[in-house]
Amino acid sequence: MGVLARATAAEILARLAEAPALPPHRRLRGPETGLVMARGRQGGDGAPFNLGEVAVTRCSVRLEDGTVGHAYASGRDARQAELAAVLDAVLQDPARRAAWLAAVIEPLAAAQAGRAASQAAKAAATRVQFLTMATMR
Amino acid sequence: MSATLTAGFADPALDAQRCFRAVLEAMARPGRVQRIAAGPEAPPPLGPAAATVLLTLADADTPVWLDAGPQAAAWLRFHAGCPIVAAPGEAGFALACGAPPPLHDLAPGSEEEPQRSATLILQVAFLAEEGGWRLTGPGIEHEHRLRVDGAPPGFAADWAGNRALFPRGIDLILCAGDRLAALPRTTRLEIG
Amino acid sequence: MAYVAVKGGERAIEAAHAWLAEERRGDPMLPELTVPQIAQQLGLAVDRVMAEGACHDRGLAALAIKQARGDLIEAAFLLRAYRTTLPRFGASLPLDTGAMRIRRRISATYKDLPGGQVLGPTFDYTHRLLDFALAAEGEPPPPAPEAPAGDATMPRVTGILAREGLMASEAPGEAEPPDLTREPLACPADRPLRLQALARGDEGFLLALGYSTQRGYGNAHPFVGEIRLGEVAVEIEPPELGFPIEIGEITVTECQMVNQFAGSRTEPPQFTRGYGLVFGHGERKAMAMALVDRALRARELGEEATAPAQSEEFVLYHCDNVEATGFVEHLKLPHYVDFQSELEKIRQMRATALREAAE
Repeated sequence: MGVLARATAAEILARLAEAPALPPHRRLRGPETGLVMARGRQGGDGAPFNLGEVAVTRCSVRLEDGTVGHAYASGRDARQAELAAVLDAVLQDPARRAAWLAAVIEPLAAAQAGRAASQAAKAAATRVQFLTMATMR
Repeated sequence: MSATLTAGFADPALDAQRCFRAVLEAMARPGRVQRIAAGPEAPPPLGPAAATVLLTLADADTPVWLDAGPQAAAWLRFHAGCPIVAAPGEAGFALACGAPPPLHDLAPGSEEEPQRSATLILQVAFLAEEGGWRLTGPGIEHEHRLRVDGAPPGFAADWAGNRALFPRGIDLILCAGDRLAALPRTTRLEIG
Repeated sequence: MAYVAVKGGERAIEAAHAWLAEERRGDPMLPELTVPQIAQQLGLAVDRVMAEGACHDRGLAALAIKQARGDLIEAAFLLRAYRTTLPRFGASLPLDTGAMRIRRRISATYKDLPGGQVLGPTFDYTHRLLDFALAAEGEPPPPAPEAPAGDATMPRVTGILAREGLMASEAPGEAEPPDLTREPLACPADRPLRLQALARGDEGFLLALGYSTQRGYGNAHPFVGEIRLGEVAVEIEPPELGFPIEIGEITVTECQMVNQFAGSRTEPPQFTRGYGLVFGHGERKAMAMALVDRALRARELGEEATAPAQSEEFVLYHCDNVEATGFVEHLKLPHYVDFQSELEKIRQMRATALREAAE
């Protein structure tokens, strides 16, 4: 679910274009946008406090076989939330799970990991090397 | 629970506004019957009016007590996001499909904050503006008649006790099928 | 205070709105700013509006900035107003800033701390000379250099001090924190409530108060134990699922300000924390918040509270710029009747004073 929450609707649709068609679904709730109060911890590791709210869109759907899928994603993208909810439902079918993971989730996760790695590499390039000072000492 | 989950409002904002308007009208004119256009796909025993009123009024800040069974409780919690409580006294809204808890078991609010009282949503068999209860009080010019089939025995006496608490007290919303009527705590009730 | 109901002026108001729209757009020969451009290229303004609007949504904050013509307090006001139209789905699990995907992490207390000093995208070492190259629209800059990241973990500096027993531990507990958006502020306020108020407080106000603690108004010897900026996962536990799920990542800035504490009858001398946490990249705000948080702990730590930054009521009741704007700007509303009575009084007093002078 984290992978779908971090993906855009366009990214999910691009993966679905190469996958079998999603089964039809009915909307049970939403897609609707609301707020989640994000909490921090005092001192980073103490008791919780309310930091501020985050816009979140959620959706719940039911497939014809009765499977219910849920999705919550930060932001206001109703399409993303609905696609994520349908995918959550189809991923519950043990027979098809591996195929859906390979077609949609794993490529999205790989792209996200790539972006995270690139950011980590940029951060690493700004890590201060105190070599000069060490040799002077 | 997931396998039996059904949909709530088709259009949450507009559906809730329409129902809120109906409840407002019902509270302003005690005993006058209002009708709900189309109810959500609520699990039994919730009727269209009771289900719509609950979805309209309950939210994360209103604890709800209900006797409608686990499926209805799960449905309500899913769509309204309200906490479900086990004790009627902790509820902001109490829904009774069977025998309701005695009114004095519900939270009547305090003298300082009488608005913090509970509202009882009572699902009954039938409601009509003919015969039955004689209602008088604020919002009623002379007398309104309300026929309530399936009200619990001894309700009139219980209601008189509730009225005596004013400004504290429980407000009542009666639901039957797609019909609803209300008795705010100020309404006097006599059995016709 | 009394206000007069005044009718009329509708046409004037309509014309004022039309002129405002025209001014907002500026010269139509120039291309119009788009909301994504603001979100991308004025990112720190967006961060500030999200922090002070207490609502995380880059697109909404960027739109608010556009609508407010760049007036960031007005934009925060717009964002606060919009959030009231949205339902609350629940609260997140507390963010784990220890597991942050770090873009910047510095410490002023340890040079060689595990994980190292990571400068990130900072203004700190820029020359503060206007860069006229930016005025000429050119090609985008080349991508920033990359280096092998390894798997350097970045433990918190406060944790390093705590291992030696030199850092006062934070009050633990999982109590449901108070929420300013549901219950109005009341003093005395516990630390979770204070932190919420500070997190959404005005950056300028907190900066000035933080500065005052350094200049002697409040007994502070602060060190930046650590500042970290990066992405943290937001997790919620929806009741229909019953287990936590990630709903996305948000950028936050955290500041741990390390302060000396002389000790008390029950506590040995040790360091204590001032804590700052804000939405987005808001280092100045996080630092100011941490300074003021520590100053406000005076009562709890048995210190003498004499300075403005140590006064809970003073700080918490005045740090919200939307509230402050409302009350200051309400002075623009018609006070015709109030003022009539003032006029009468002044005239009488003058008449009396002149008469007495003549006698």
